[in-house]
Amino acid sequence: MSKTNDLNIHVHHITRVEGHGNIAVNTKNGKIEQIQWQVPEAPRFFEAMVVGRDYSQLATITSRICGICSIGHTFASLKATEAAMGIKISETTRHLRELLLHGETLQSHVLHVCYLVVPDLLNINSVFPLIETHKDVVLLVTKLHRLANELCDTIGGRTTHPIRTRVGRFSMLPEKKELEALKKRLTEAVDDLKKLADVVKSLAPAIPDFTRETEYLSLTYDKEYAFYDGDCTTTDIDKTIPVKEYQRVVNEFVVPQSTAKYGKFNRGSFMVGALARYNNNYRQLSPLAASVAEMLGLDGVNYNPFMNNIAQVAESVFAVERALYHIDWLLDNDLRLEELEIKPRAGRGVGAVEVPRGVLFHDYEYDDQGKCVKANCVIPTNLNHNNIQLDFEKMVPETMKQGKSEKEIQFHLEMLVRAYDPCISCSTHYLDVEFKK
Amino acid sequence: MSAKPKVAFFDFACCEGCQLQIANLEEDVVQLAGLVDVVEFREVLTGSAPEYDIAFIEGSITRKADEERLKNIRSRSKLIVAYGQCAVTGGINRLKNRWQTMDEVKKQVYGDHFNMPHLDTYRTKGIDEIVKVDLYIPGCPINRDEFLQVVKELLLGKTPKMPNYPVCVECKLKENVCLFDTGITCLGPLARAGCGAICPSNGAPCDACRGTVADPNKNAMHEILMKYNYTVAQIKNKIDIFGVDPEVKK
Repeated sequence: MSKTNDLNIHVHHITRVEGHGNIAVNTKNGKIEQIQWQVPEAPRFFEAMVVGRDYSQLATITSRICGICSIGHTFASLKATEAAMGIKISETTRHLRELLLHGETLQSHVLHVCYLVVPDLLNINSVFPLIETHKDVVLLVTKLHRLANELCDTIGGRTTHPIRTRVGRFSMLPEKKELEALKKRLTEAVDDLKKLADVVKSLAPAIPDFTRETEYLSLTYDKEYAFYDGDCTTTDIDKTIPVKEYQRVVNEFVVPQSTAKYGKFNRGSFMVGALARYNNNYRQLSPLAASVAEMLGLDGVNYNPFMNNIAQVAESVFAVERALYHIDWLLDNDLRLEELEIKPRAGRGVGAVEVPRGVLFHDYEYDDQGKCVKANCVIPTNLNHNNIQLDFEKMVPETMKQGKSEKEIQFHLEMLVRAYDPCISCSTHYLDVEFKK
Repeated sequence: MSAKPKVAFFDFACCEGCQLQIANLEEDVVQLAGLVDVVEFREVLTGSAPEYDIAFIEGSITRKADEERLKNIRSRSKLIVAYGQCAVTGGINRLKNRWQTMDEVKKQVYGDHFNMPHLDTYRTKGIDEIVKVDLYIPGCPINRDEFLQVVKELLLGKTPKMPNYPVCVECKLKENVCLFDTGITCLGPLARAGCGAICPSNGAPCDACRGTVADPNKNAMHEILMKYNYTVAQIKNKIDIFGVDPEVKK
């Protein structure tokens, strides 16, 4: 017979996250028998899929690792190929890429915070009931989300799986009048985001008070808050590490009980994503983004993983401001479609970008015909896996001690997973985990 | 119609980019949510239901367990719609089928640890290799306007039809310069239209992400290749990106 206070939590395919994940917690007589964050997503083997393919196809293929961050995957891929073949991009291409990346960040953060997290803060099952009860807020959110998507359409040629982003160049450029229209709407979006921040502020008391200090890993760049460029840094190191030495940082390893590839560096686990970027680079945020963060309770290094969602709101503001900066540059300069003669050469290249969920690495090796020989993609959600597990291990006993019911504890665990904004389909390395009965 | 149709969304091995296209309908989703009863959609809502009038399935099948889950959904659904190329043919995931054995595939990703049973997958399949499919919405990703059109027609009791003409037709209507004339090989002559020739219209070649037309005109493709001095091998290297083999069905 089990005692009434025994926990038996078994969440199969947690909802409102991208991809499939399970939570399993069992206690007996107050003792913890099992606490596990499990990921049963079908592995898709992208690193095997790209072997033998021509360099010109790699970004097309690896973009399909993830629907939500297909633009980030495209850039990590293009950067890896360009590094391998010694291809330099023009200033125009760089501004267009950064603009597009900010569009994706805005799109993903708005979707995640508003559609997937807000229902938790209101204790409802989805965003749909809000259509009835808070239609003005829902329409504000769809307006921002639509703008972010249309930015991606205009610059990348398509919202998801961009088309114009090619090795070394763009295959088509936006027209000035399209850029001007975007500029007008993005300028308005700053006010919309302030309104949204007020809504989030009204819900913020529902954010759980839970902290666990960990190592925070992201890119960092001396010129700006890093998204497109930078070296690797963490809150535990003083000297940055070049992207091409990423393996020294991520240290992927296989654990026998779950077989998912984990990562760690100076501690048992690390965290990547908006909060990690914020913790490493918050001094470089724009004044407006920093003030939004502060208004929502984020004012410097923070160890509460739920605050990842607040960092996402601040980064949304930053993304809009930076998008406007890049649009101004593109409007002030004469844009020309570039022709590029690429001579494939053998070599290896690593590309990294900050995608909504954290730092992403693609590492390719090519033969002298430009055919891919070997590939490795390190996905941010994978890097967070271990950190979620360790958060679980701190949260379960804490919430038990606070006398929370099984239902409340389960809700907290689910909410914690969602706070990380996991994108499980991305993961090429996730595997089945057996349930312990 | 008295009761609103019960609609559910499911995903298997894929990037979930196609369900994102539905979210990207923005205000139209708000409207659509009033016409149907979305009873199950794991990515956006918590909840489930015993039966569905329409089940939209995204993603490819690569494991026995997923096959069982799919069969179970089929047994509880009046209509199954395969949406997105992964569900239609297996899509990009079919690239792993080029390897001789699945052990080789596993070794590429997991090295020495390849032999763990959790890693087992079989050759990627489209969902109609497991269950009967009533309707297809191809593409990687789907064209969200096409999705909306299909849903509207289903709600009106019509049977939606997929375009069965090549992308070249839509490309010509857009008055694009033919990419072959600019030195780029393009699959437009074989590929199934319905995307509005989106890739050539953005200066990039068609990769046939919607598969080929039912009876592709291979002779015409050969003529184009000869005219521009390309080989069949060059086209073959491109055409299997999205799991399309012009020699077989679909």
